[in-house]
Formats: sequence, structure tokens, C-alpha cells
Amino acid sequence: MSDRRSTGGTKLGLPTPADVVKPIALQRRTISFTGWRLAVLLGGLVALLSIVRIVTGAQQIDSAGTVAAAIGFAIPIGMAGLGGLWSERSGVVNIGLEGMMILGTWGAGYAGTLWGPWYGLIFGTLLGGLGAVVHAIATVTFGVDQIVSGVAINLLGLGVTQYLSALVWPNQPTQSSSIPPIPTFTLPGISDAMKDVADKGWFFVSDVASVLRAITFDVPYTTVIAVVLLPVTFFVLWRTSFGLRLRSCGEAPYAAESLGVNVYLHKYIAVIVSGFLAGFGGAVLATVLSGIYREGQTQGLGFIGLAAMIFGNWRVGGLAAGSLLFGYTQAIQLRSGEAVHSLLLVIVIGMVLLAAWQFYGRRVVPGVVSLVVAGLVFLWYARTDTLPDQVAYVTPYVATLLVLSLASQRLRMPAADGKPYIKGQDH
Amino acid sequence: MVQLTGITKTFPGVRANYDIDIAVRRGTVHAIVGENGAGKSTLMKTLYGMHRPDSGTIAIDGKAVTLRSPSDAIALGVGMVHQHFQLADNFTVLENVILGDEPTAGGVIKLADARARIEKIGRDYRLSVDPDALVEDIGVGDRQRVEIIKVLFRGARTIILDEPTAVLVPQEVEQLFSALAELKREGLTVIFISHKLDEVLSVADEITVIRGGTTVATVLPSEVTARQLAELMVGSELPSPETRESTVTDVEVLGVEALSLVNDAGRVLLENIDLTIHKGEVVGIAGVEGNGQAELVETIMGMHTPTSGAVRLESEDITGWSTRRRREAGVGYIPEDRTRHGLLLEAPLWENRILGHQTQRPNAKGVLVDRKGAKADTQRIVEEYDVRTPSIDVMANALSGGNQQKLIVGREMSGNPRLLIAAHPTRGVDVGAQAAIWDLIRQARAAGLGVLLISADLDELIGLSDRIKVLLRGRLVADADPRTVTPEQLGSAMTGAGGGES
Amino acid sequence: MRRFWLAVAAPALALVFAVAVTTIILQVSGHAPLQAYKDMWDYGTQPDSLVLTFNLSTTYYVAAVAVAIGFKMNLFNIGVDGQYRLAALFAAYVGGTINLPAPLHVAVILLVAMLVGALWAGVAAVLKNRRGVSEVISTIMLNYVATGILAYLLAEGRFGVLAQGSNNIGTPPIPASGQVPGIEVANLPGPFHGATSAIYGMVVVAVVVGVGYWWLLNRTRFGFDLRASGLSPTAATASGVDAKRMVLYVMLLSGAVAGLIGMPQLLGEAHTYNLDFPAGLGFTGIAIALLGRNSPVGIVFGALLWAFLDVSRQILDLEGVSKEIVTIMQGIAVLSVVIAYEVVRRYGIRAQQREVGRQLGTDEPVLVEAGA
Repeated sequence: MSDRRSTGGTKLGLPTPADVVKPIALQRRTISFTGWRLAVLLGGLVALLSIVRIVTGAQQIDSAGTVAAAIGFAIPIGMAGLGGLWSERSGVVNIGLEGMMILGTWGAGYAGTLWGPWYGLIFGTLLGGLGAVVHAIATVTFGVDQIVSGVAINLLGLGVTQYLSALVWPNQPTQSSSIPPIPTFTLPGISDAMKDVADKGWFFVSDVASVLRAITFDVPYTTVIAVVLLPVTFFVLWRTSFGLRLRSCGEAPYAAESLGVNVYLHKYIAVIVSGFLAGFGGAVLATVLSGIYREGQTQGLGFIGLAAMIFGNWRVGGLAAGSLLFGYTQAIQLRSGEAVHSLLLVIVIGMVLLAAWQFYGRRVVPGVVSLVVAGLVFLWYARTDTLPDQVAYVTPYVATLLVLSLASQRLRMPAADGKPYIKGQDH
Repeated sequence: MVQLTGITKTFPGVRANYDIDIAVRRGTVHAIVGENGAGKSTLMKTLYGMHRPDSGTIAIDGKAVTLRSPSDAIALGVGMVHQHFQLADNFTVLENVILGDEPTAGGVIKLADARARIEKIGRDYRLSVDPDALVEDIGVGDRQRVEIIKVLFRGARTIILDEPTAVLVPQEVEQLFSALAELKREGLTVIFISHKLDEVLSVADEITVIRGGTTVATVLPSEVTARQLAELMVGSELPSPETRESTVTDVEVLGVEALSLVNDAGRVLLENIDLTIHKGEVVGIAGVEGNGQAELVETIMGMHTPTSGAVRLESEDITGWSTRRRREAGVGYIPEDRTRHGLLLEAPLWENRILGHQTQRPNAKGVLVDRKGAKADTQRIVEEYDVRTPSIDVMANALSGGNQQKLIVGREMSGNPRLLIAAHPTRGVDVGAQAAIWDLIRQARAAGLGVLLISADLDELIGLSDRIKVLLRGRLVADADPRTVTPEQLGSAMTGAGGGES
Repeated sequence: MRRFWLAVAAPALALVFAVAVTTIILQVSGHAPLQAYKDMWDYGTQPDSLVLTFNLSTTYYVAAVAVAIGFKMNLFNIGVDGQYRLAALFAAYVGGTINLPAPLHVAVILLVAMLVGALWAGVAAVLKNRRGVSEVISTIMLNYVATGILAYLLAEGRFGVLAQGSNNIGTPPIPASGQVPGIEVANLPGPFHGATSAIYGMVVVAVVVGVGYWWLLNRTRFGFDLRASGLSPTAATASGVDAKRMVLYVMLLSGAVAGLIGMPQLLGEAHTYNLDFPAGLGFTGIAIALLGRNSPVGIVFGALLWAFLDVSRQILDLEGVSKEIVTIMQGIAVLSVVIAYEVVRRYGIRAQQREVGRQLGTDEPVLVEAGA
């Protein structure tokens, strides 16, 4: 076969920037969920839950209590995730968030029982930061593999809290006594009105009312603090020069270095802030959600927080959404086996919708697979009345796995995330 | 006036600069030339404050200065555009330009301010780029413009350019030079590192030659020819890549038919590539970086699955074969980036010899690794290919680039490959090793090996190839006869400003 | 030779540091450190303690190797904990319900354990390959899911039977043909003389695992590919290694070895999987793999040391010292070891570069490449 010669080049002018072929890059399909798209998505979600609620009678699926619990869990998850975001935006992977969270729970238990809940929160936050200092020293100064260091921190965090517990509560080392509660606020008129509407059980309207009730009744102030930290983070990282420099450390640290940015300093700050946030998350977990410190109470929430960060594509808005999602799975698993059972129906409907979309995009085989899965889940739903406790227990973890499986490929983490940085060593 | 006196800088095992003296007058373009590895970049990094010299002084406008970091240099009006661009792909042009020197009000960035300043610089110096474009999306010439704007944004009066034309084609080089002329008119000083002598002769006002880490001569371009400069640089006769008689047979060793590659985002990376290489033939591919060369090489090696089309090795269709199988079938690969794709830096040389050939003798016997065989063969390669190393047990990152490359060439040539894919085989390699590698390729060609040569060095391409094809935007758009084509014609075809056969 | 000293220097320094910090903590908390150490040593070197240490270390060793197989390729299989517990449960159940002649019965139990462990690890591998999910998070999630599955299965009517006269639920006991006898050492001269318990027969498995790991890594092509993938994934791919296949094989292998973690305990002592079955061995394995820097020989020392500390710490309660101090010592040791290894590694590279520069060039400066 002869070499078919291609004839002359195009005689156009010089190529414009858009014409130059990009090397195979990570896809960047960040569908931005803002404006009307967001409203439609949320509306659809509420409608779906509402339908299932009415059909199955599982009131708990989106009752005010459940939503409040979901928000409650979303706070520690979200704070851990936010910590992860700060750290990874500067290029340091922080698996040790769980350990820092554990330190936070202990700190809240210790100081909270001694001096009051606010002191507990502060002390827990500080302890988390302390753990982060160790992580920073190991990874930023010494260049130890970041995952290895994170794993070591988790081990150390557990050991330290066990030792300290045995030291201060020798009779009952695995848990503290009750921590006095954090004050809450309630919006008087609105929350009662919402309760009334929610109790009516109307399609869609009552569900929205439940959500509004949840955010206006008996809301702990820590929730407010946590929520405020989200836009604050956004503003600092995306609108200030400090934030730009911090993010540059996670995208192109050597470029930053060549411009005089002190990369080590920014990484240290980012990691320590992540420790504070994780510690705060742990402190809230102990103080607000459980009311005591108990050994092992974090139950992997730190890692779920990381998953929420990944789901959110390393951005604050997505992180918030992910935290709420995972918080919901935690809440529902605790409150009602019946509701978890009804979630199966939600999955069925979701899979059917997915299949429809896949058929529409002419992807027949994945569409059929989705339908089959929907069918199997429906069978499971139909043939059982309730799910055993242990199955409910795994809901948040399975949900995390599912979410990550579906989302991971369309995401893009900071370009230099996880890579060790040594000053003066170009590339 | 920028003056460097008696600069010496040593790294572990390496004396990069020794007693260097350079004086650059304000408002001139001063070129620093030397071969790869002569110490030019190290010197400029010292001037930019990226490291401190072991001895010597730096004086700017008559005042002695100590530069402890790039910030100090920037404060004194020195700016550097690095050879490898220092840009964050995920950031916009604006973010890249202002990083480290952001206009702020109480810590908050004044975006509108920044944008206005950048646009003004673009207008003043004729260097316009869209400030909101993501760096990842813009081309190489634009990225260089961003780097220059970065430097001007900080009020630099002395600009250092490190091998700026390495990634540009002749037309873009012209644009750069006219920009430099503009800068000169505004009274800025430009220091320009290069090893491309004709370019240097055409644009510089004064030239300093560095060889072996020290200054050898400072000349005016009117007083010297390129040949003389080259001899000053190398201290001896220059090798040339020119090939003499044809050894092309009519037996096909590689056939690429209608090869296309589209990535997940829908971007066309390769379109309808048709290519044949015969035994004893070197086919060169010319093209600006980013037009599909890397993807072509990786697809032929089996690292990407083509969207359509076929690849044949002699008479077999290897389109569906794994990389390993292709290597076992006799495809050798000298990768473009040897530290990332060609070597295990923290493994001894004999283990690096095994890399790429782990399933073949003498490295392996069945499922086991044959350590004795591999070590013995590594010793042979070290001797035959003149790899300078004290032993085969040292780690690969203890060797210089040239020796690393010689090892890789030796490794890939062993085992009698049928096809050799050489991507930028002499990049970052000192002149001695470069000549050796050219010789090796010529010898292999004479022995019947088919070679696919990718290079940004147009002289290398023209000198070594039997045929040259031009890759633009993923398509083969032109053919060239190396005996008659000039670098300018190739450059035109590479940028699409003109083409066809020559 | 120098490489040997460098390899030993790091952990030695780290341990010294860990002991130093622990001493300070003990002092500050009002205990006498030297007395505590002496008590630990006295207790830990008694024959029964030594047997216990040895037995424990076999389990720890297998756990560390399971983890190290993945770590060597920068594949972080944190799910070893869930893998071994699931494997032990299934293996115990199968072992308790079938009846085969002796060597076959044990072989079947081991096989089931390895299969279940491999399968559970394989889930993470598939998720990573097909969906790009980080194995760090997926294996951690799978640990929790495994806990749920275990709780579900270890109930009456499924895999569990209520032990007589207690609240403990376990799998049906494994008959004698599925038990591995211990090795009596009471009458042997040496440290074990006079011990009242026996060394696990399963130490054989630990030895086989260790030797197999060493051999795989250093003598086989697969091992070469594995190490290359860990040193430079890009170079490995260019050299023909199929990255996704490596991820799968290595995770499966890691999971299979993880499945064996519970076997010494199951076959040598417990003979059933119940609520008392040791938990957390996976995390111990991770710590020891880090201590031993993923090397087959280093892990031996790490496992023995860790086991010794775990056994001898029991005495501390009697002296009023909280035994968690040992946990802190272990944690600090791990952290300082990884830091020390990194420091030593960088020093080693620079030293070698200097040496090569010295040996090659005399007055000639060695040319620095690429933009010098």
C-alpha cells in the first residue's frame, strides 16, 4: 500500500489560539448548577421524595425531624470536607482529617464537660489544628508521602485520645459525661406555621414546609457558624490575594515560587486551617449531635467529608451539596428503617429516569442495565417490609461509594494536588 | 547597566558556573550563547535571585546588590521568562499575571484594575492576549506572551529570556523579535539565552559565549559568523547531522492507515493519518508542540486506542495490540521525556535496562527476572554506547542527561528492533552525546532499521531524515524533501501559513 | 554496604525518638518511665509472654505484608481490616459446616479465606479502574460495609449459633480436622523454655507468605512491573505495563493475603468466628508495613517489635500506668520512621550524585543538562 500523499497546507493565516490542538486533557464538564438549573433540580428532588412519601406512607423520609438531623450530620461532614478543600487547594492531601476530627471530639468532651460547651468547641478546634501541624511538618517540610502521613495521623489521633481519656476519666475511659448543650434559636412565627403546613401531608408543599421548619426551629448556633464558614471560604480563596496564592500552590507551586510566593508558608496555613475545621467538625459532633464524647464516634465521617469534597469538585458549593446528601443518608439510617426501605423506591424511580435519559442519548446497553437494576431493587423493595438494621447501618457508606463511582470521572482536582514540593527544585 | 562579575556556582558533583563576567548595557539586546549544559540557565537564575552564587558580585546600575529570592530581583526591575513556562493551566491569564503581585484593597483583589493594566501593557507593547482565557486553552506563542506580560506587569526594566525560541516556529520568532525591538525602543534591557546562532546574530546587539561554565568571549554580531560562534561554543569542530547516501529499501516496516484519535471531550487529536516507513528509512515529523506529535507516538506505541484506522507492523495488524506486545514484536521507543517515560530514576542502571523489555531475554527467563543476564547486558551497553558511569549499580538519577539518553538508546537498540520511534532524541543532551546519538541512528538506519523521528530541532530533522512530513492540528498537511527544503519553508508549513511540497 | 547502614539508621533513629518522647510524656504524667520500661521488659521476656509475642507477630506479619504489597505500588489498600474479618467469617463458617480429612479441611478453609479477601479487595480495584474512584476512600468505606455485613451474618439462623451458656454468637466450631496444632516449645532450651502455651502451627503460613512476597518482588517479572509502577507509573506504562491490570492483580493479591490474617488465630486457637475475634488487625498491619518500609525483612522486625510492645504493655495496668502510652509510642514511632526514611532517601540520592560526579569528572565540570 503506497503512502497517499496529502497535498498542501491550508493557506489561512496563522492559527488562532483556539485552533491549536489541545493534548488529551482531563475533561472539564463542570455543569454549573446555578440559577434556574439549580431550582429545577431541587424542585425535582423534593417532588420525588414527596411522591414516595405519599405512596409508601413513610413520613420520616423528609419530615422536619429528618431534615434537621440531615443538616445536623451535614455540619461535621461539611466541616471535614471544607478542611479537606483548604488543604487540597494548596496541594496537600489530608487523609488524616478523621484523626483530627477524633481529636476534636475529645477536646469538646474534655473542655465541654469541665467549662461549658463553647470552651469545648474551641478546645476541640485547637486540638484538631495541633494534629494538622504534625501532618504539615511531615508532608510539607519533610516531604513524606501525604497519604502515609495521613494514615499515621489517624493512628496517632486514636492513640492520643485513648491515652488522654484513660488519664482524665480513669473510671470510664471510653466516654465522657454529658456536655451541656449549645444554645439554639427558633424563628417564632414561621417555624410554627411551617409545622402546621408540614403536618398536613400535602404533596410538595408540605415537604417544602418541613425543610423550612427544620431550618427555623431549634437550630443550634454552631450550624450558623458552619454555614457562614462556607461563603467566607469562598471569598477568601477566590477573591483575595492570599487565596489566589494559596490556590496557586495547589496548581503550579513552582510557578508560584518563581513569582516570590512563599509556598511552604501557604501550605502550612492551609493544612492547619484544615485541622481547625476538622477539629471543629468533631467538636460539633460531640457537643451538638451526641452530647457526649464517645470513643469511635466519628465512624468514618471524616472520610465521608473527603468524599463530599471530591463530589463537589473541590468547590464550596458542590461541597455543601455533597455534605447535605451524605448527612441525609446518615440521618435517615438512624431515624427510621421504614424510611430507608422507602429510599429503595426513590432509587427505583431514579434508575428509571436515568434509563430514560440513556435511551434518549441512544446508549442502549447502559439503559437496559439501569432498567434491570431498577427492577431488581424494586423486587427487593416489594418483598420486604423493612430493612434490617445492619443494612441501614451501611447506607451512608454505600451511598458514598455510589456517589463517587458516578461522579469521579468528571471531576478535576487541583493540578499539583498530592505532589511533593521541594523549594528550588524546578519540575 | 547590569554587571555580573566573577560568578561561581557549584551544585553537588557539578560546577555549573565558574568565574563568569558579563556586562550588559541599558537598552540593548544582549545574547548569551552556549551549548546545552554550558551553564547559561544557572547563571540567569542567579541573576533572578533563584539561587545565591558561591562567589562573585552582581551590580545593577552601578550599585552592588544581593538577591535572596526572586522577589528581590523583581523589586530591582529584573524579570525572567523561563524556558519551561511557569504557568498554572487551571488559572486564567489574568490570575497567572497578577499572582504574587496582586492589586488589592485590604487583601481583596481588584479585578477590574488588574484587567485594565494588562490590557494597557498589551496595547503598549503589542502583546495582546485575552485576560480571561484559561491558560490551558491557549497556544504556545500566546503563553509566551503571557510570560512576558507577567514580567512587564511588575515593572521590569531588565528582561531575561531563557531559550525563548525553542518552542516557536520561524514566523513566531519574527513576532517575538519585533516585540523585543519594541521593548528596546522603550528603553528596556533584554538578556537573551539561546543556542540558535542565526537567530542570535540577527537580533542581538552584543553576544557573550559561555563554554564549560565560564565566559569565553564577548563579541559584536557584526564581527563574527555563525560558524565562528559555534566553534567558540564548542571549542572544536562542530558535528553535523547530515546523512549521505540513501539506504531506503522498499520493504515496509510500519504502516499507519487512516488513523484517527478523538478524545473523550470530542477534541480531534489525530485525523486520518497515513504514513509508511520502510526498512532503512528515517521519516521525520515536523510540527509545533501540541499538534498531535505526542498523541501519534503514543498511539503507535499502543498507549491510546485509535478511534478509527489501523497500524501495521510489517504485515501484521497491530492496532489492537497492547504496548507490551508491540515492544516484544520489535518496536523500540525513545520517549520525549526520559525522566517521566523512559527511566526509573531511583532504580539502578541494570534495572533500567530491563525497563521496557521485561519479558524478553536477556532480562527475563520465563516469569523470572534474569538478574545476571540483565547486569551483563547493561555492562555491554555502557561500554558500547559510551555511557559515563562508575558502575551499573548507581541510580539513574545520578547520571547526566546525555548519559541517561545514551543508556536509553542503547537499551532500545538492543534486541534488534524493527522499528524505532525516537521522540526528540537529543533534547537536553550535550553536544558530544548528541553527535553520538545521531551516529547511532545513522548506523541503525544503514542496518535496515526503520525510524520515526519527531523533533523540534529543524536542523536535526532535515539532517537525519529521508522524508519529512508536517503535522498540523492532528493532520499530515505537507511533505518535504530534506535535500531541498529550508527551515523557513518547514516553519511555514508547521504553522499553516503556506505549505505543499518543496 | 552503605545502603544497609542507611536502611537501618532511619528506623533506629525513629525508635530512639519515639522512646524519648514517650519518656517525657510519662514523666510529665507523674510516672517513672524507667520503672515502666523495666516492668515491661521483665514481663515481656517471660516464656509465656514470648510465645504470645511470637504468635501475635505471625498475625501481624501477614497483615503487614498484605498492606505492603499494595503500598509498594502506591496502591493504598486501607481495607485490609474489612477484608480479613469478612474472610475469617466465611472461612470459619465453611470450616464449621463441612467435614473433610485433615489436611484438605485446612486447605479449604485457607482457600475460602483468600478468595473472600481477594474478592472484597477486588471491588475497590474495579471501582478504581472503571470509575476512577480513589482506592483510599473506597477501601475505607468498604471496611464499614464489611462491618455491617458481618453484623448481619453473625446472627442466629444465618451464620451464627449461640454459644452455650453465654451471650456470644459464633460460627459453628471447626472440628479437629480443621484445626492446626501448635508447636510445643516448653521443653526446648532457650527463651521459650517452660512456656505453658504453644506456638501457632500457622507460623508456617507466615513464613511462606514472607518468602513468597520477597521472591515475587525481586525475582519475577510481575514483581518488577509492580515495583516499576510504584517508582514511576508513567515510565511503567511506556514500558508496556498495563496499569489497570496491575491495579486489579495487586489488589486481588493484597486481599488474598489479607484473608490469611485471621487464620493463625482461627485455626490455632479460636476455632470459631465470634464477637471476640480480634479486630483492628488491618490497621496494625498498615502501621507495621510503614515501620518496615514495605520490605519483607524490615516487616519481620517491625512485627516482632510491635507484638512485643502489645504483649508487655499489659503489665502496665498493674503499675497504674495507662497502657495507652504504648499506643502513643507506636504512633510516634510510625510517624518518625516515615519522616526518617524520607530524609535518608533524599540524602542518599544527593550523596550518590555527588559520588558519581566525583568519580567521573576530575577538573571537568559534569555538565548539567536541560537548560543549564
